[in-house]
Amino acid sequence: MSASTSLRLRPAWDQNWPGYRLLVCEPLRLDCGIDFGPFTIAYQTYGTLNLDRSNAILVCHALSGDQYVADPHPITGKPGWWETMVGPGLVLDTDRFFIVCANVLGGCMGTTGPQDINPETGEPWALSFPVITVHDMVRAQKRLLDHLGIDSLFCVTGGSMGGMQVLQWAASYPESVFAAVPIAAAARHSAQNIAFHEVGRQAIIADPDWSGGRYLSLGRRPVRGLAVARMAAHITYLSEAALHRKFGRNLQDRRAVTYGFDADFQVESYLRHQGSTFVDRFDANSYLYITRAMDYFDLAVEHGGSLSSAFKGTHSRFCIISFTSDWLFPTSESRELVHALNAVAANVSFVEIETDNGHDAFLLHEPELFKTLRGFLTGCAEHRGLTRSW
Amino acid sequence: MAASNRSAALDFERAEAHPAAADSAAGRLRRDLRLIAEMIGPGARVLDIGCGDGALLAYLVRHKNVDGRGMELSQSGVNSCVAHGLSVIQGDADRDLEAYTNGAFDVVVLSQTLQATRQPRKVLETLVRIGRRAIVSFPNFGFWRIRMHLLVWGRMPVSNLLTHPWYETPNIHLCTIRDFVAMCDEIGVRVERSVTLDRHGRPYPLDPRGSLANLLAEQGVFVLSENRGKTSAAAPMAGWRV
Repeated sequence: MSASTSLRLRPAWDQNWPGYRLLVCEPLRLDCGIDFGPFTIAYQTYGTLNLDRSNAILVCHALSGDQYVADPHPITGKPGWWETMVGPGLVLDTDRFFIVCANVLGGCMGTTGPQDINPETGEPWALSFPVITVHDMVRAQKRLLDHLGIDSLFCVTGGSMGGMQVLQWAASYPESVFAAVPIAAAARHSAQNIAFHEVGRQAIIADPDWSGGRYLSLGRRPVRGLAVARMAAHITYLSEAALHRKFGRNLQDRRAVTYGFDADFQVESYLRHQGSTFVDRFDANSYLYITRAMDYFDLAVEHGGSLSSAFKGTHSRFCIISFTSDWLFPTSESRELVHALNAVAANVSFVEIETDNGHDAFLLHEPELFKTLRGFLTGCAEHRGLTRSW
Repeated sequence: MAASNRSAALDFERAEAHPAAADSAAGRLRRDLRLIAEMIGPGARVLDIGCGDGALLAYLVRHKNVDGRGMELSQSGVNSCVAHGLSVIQGDADRDLEAYTNGAFDVVVLSQTLQATRQPRKVLETLVRIGRRAIVSFPNFGFWRIRMHLLVWGRMPVSNLLTHPWYETPNIHLCTIRDFVAMCDEIGVRVERSVTLDRHGRPYPLDPRGSLANLLAEQGVFVLSENRGKTSAAAPMAGWRV
């Protein structure tokens, strides 16, 4: 861990990562009331924007994701998080569509976040960074699309927190969203989900190296706390069935239990690995801020307590997708969303996909997911009059 | 809801490749669905409940330019519909209709599904609330072959429309055409039009309230609406299409 950790100690603004950066000078009015800016948005694009700029798809990433959807991660070298979905001839076909994905506000892969330098102090923002919301993330993305000259997105899609952004897009900029595909998402973060996030945050805060959030200025990093946060969260992304299928009670490189606290079981070893690799690529304060943004997400509250009124008069075409074994964003949450959309006569499709991969299913090889999304997008492209002739 | 009741296969690829072939596409629709398709005017807002593999919906969207939505219980049915570009939600007539507002659709179709709902009466009331008109088709349990089946062999009837053996049938609320008409009268649902079909899906020129229809028809197709006036007498329909 040590070599890559020291590399990661250099914050995002000091890295020479591939992709685009946009400096937004006009400050952004955040939900917390602060006018924030100037700030940077780091983003990737795939494919070519057509002449009438009607083939753009915005992909929104999840809590621990980033803009490297379909190319190798600059720190880990691992393939893009949705490279099974985005590429030539794939569901989000880069021969056909122009795909944009931006690192969220508060993130740590190039878009301004708590690890960046606060120009007023010359120190990293740390906890003086304003608390951001999913709506703020979407406002920042809107600035990027305005800059790219894209008034109307053919589709906005994403899983988990990405799906929350999709819903926020559909609610805030309905005229800019032709089709919306929130996957494994919900219109609000449940009490159980907030509880899991709080465990993660407390693990980070309890790490002495966190140092009140000022670890970067002090040359430290709360890697133990962040790793525990990731381990706890990772359990929620899987299902009991998937854990049993992958690991059962199998022991890790040993024939018998050791009567100690080593990683005797494969599942322990796996979680430790997940935790230790995560800290190489993620900033602890970003983790605090982004989990908070998810906790605050409640689309109904933003619209006077009624979820349907968030989508009143919408002309967007929705495709809601959930997974049978996802207990973090269960199907019941998606169904509630479907009912709210039905109440305003929105054009909505809803598919629950059978899998034991849990919440993580949206990142994995799920043939039914690919088939559904491909069919939905083909139908939408037909309605939009998008042809293959460019 | 009985997913397998709507197994009429549809060749989506061919329909896509020959969009002008409306007639032959209609020819491939199951007879009762063809009749229902004929009842729906172009450009209508349609909800097809229990839409199965989406055969009717795909036909209506492609050839009648309707704003079509579907609801289906089986995951395979929904996935197939959505994967073919139809707007379909996974849902259940008993549970997922309440959210729709009054008059949200011009036409709500419930074909060969009413008998599989838990609360057919409530479902019917909801249909005419959320649709200006509802088209409901169902197997007639008074059909002579079904009566004979029970009378002669003393076994639970299995027919073209009721294909499951008693121990695994999703059809829990079977009724005769007379039963259906009586329920409509009881809850004040207006019968705007009704067609009874023979074994081959051909319409009978029979009064659906008569005992002959109840004996000879294998299924009934009813066009219903909410009875907003005082009288429950069926008013003649303005046109062929609803």
